[in-house]
Amino acid sequence: MSTNAKDLRHPLKRARGLGSAQFGVAHWWTQRTTAVALVLLGLWFVILVLGLLQGDYATARAAVAKPWNAVLLIAFLVSMFWHAVLGLQVVVEDYVHTRWKEITLLVLIKFIAVLCVLGGTLAVLRIALGA
Amino acid sequence: MAEFTLPKNSKIQPGKHYPAKDAKKPRTFRIYRWSPDDGQNPRVDTYEVDLAACGPMVLDALLKIKNEIDPTLTLRRSCREGICGSCAMNIDGTNTLACTKAITECPSGDVKIYPLPHMPVVKDLVPDLTHFYAQFASIRPWLRTQSAAPDRERLQSPEDRKKLDGLYECILCACCSTSCPSYWWNGDRYLGPAILLQAYRWIVDSRDEDTGARLDDLEDPFKLYRCHTIMNCARTCPKGLNPAKAIAEIKKLLVARRSA
Repeated sequence: MSTNAKDLRHPLKRARGLGSAQFGVAHWWTQRTTAVALVLLGLWFVILVLGLLQGDYATARAAVAKPWNAVLLIAFLVSMFWHAVLGLQVVVEDYVHTRWKEITLLVLIKFIAVLCVLGGTLAVLRIALGA
Repeated sequence: MAEFTLPKNSKIQPGKHYPAKDAKKPRTFRIYRWSPDDGQNPRVDTYEVDLAACGPMVLDALLKIKNEIDPTLTLRRSCREGICGSCAMNIDGTNTLACTKAITECPSGDVKIYPLPHMPVVKDLVPDLTHFYAQFASIRPWLRTQSAAPDRERLQSPEDRKKLDGLYECILCACCSTSCPSYWWNGDRYLGPAILLQAYRWIVDSRDEDTGARLDDLEDPFKLYRCHTIMNCARTCPKGLNPAKAIAEIKKLLVARRSA
């Protein structure tokens, strides 16, 4: 934020920068909708896990295999990682100011999240479809 | 990355001590000092002021110090009644106006006075607000219309005028923006609470006809969405305004003009 007296550009040039990205509402809105989804799905997930506390492996497997449970579990996974990507993106943009590090981290976070969602979904589907 | 260490030559050193002679009601002021001319690190000077012979506000004490103890102390001030915003500074850990902050409002002990945080310092308590003002200019803060100029004033209903209350009072002292961590870390691109409140002042004005373009200009991950509702702005505003609410209203309007 230092002002360079030798900078021949007008301060307005610096303040206007590259202009507006015309983007940001979708990110903000999605972060909030996934948050609402996570409150509901999180509650459901806690209830599901509490119900399985006394059960064995076979009972847990049978519970996950139920169609509604499988659908909600996949929805939980997707919204959780989607929300995490959006949140981590904000943290990285806030604090990482070296451009290449920022881009690398942002891409890495998305890759890892997609892999986690795909892996989790596959696991649930294998149980649900009896593979 | 975020900077966790202070840049070279920025570590604050203990400064000079100016004791009060025969003071009836002494109070100690610890004031940040830095001059671009002497190549020294910043320091904190200690002044003892006799409150029995001083006005009630922090600005009165600062002017007494400048007039009677140390004329090199540099600060901005003008109206001395909370209208011009010149004397914004950090007093006892909070950004506020020295002219409307009573010395008795400061907790007992030394009164610590620093320039507005995280801004380049011109000298002592004077921050460089060039970028802040340029950001204000960048939102083009004037009535923008498409329709032909009328023969008389553009009228506004009392209800619409009411919508400007809590916005028009902003004096651009920069207390809010310089209290905002998001503005500290990303102030080069984030407009900050003061400028966004000013932007909303024109967005919500019933006479302005450029609302869409104003919203277009703000729809940006950095210009607007660096606001994470930390609320320091509303807590520190010496005029009792709520920039965070204005920013939330802008975000709501941006959602309102698209499908959910």
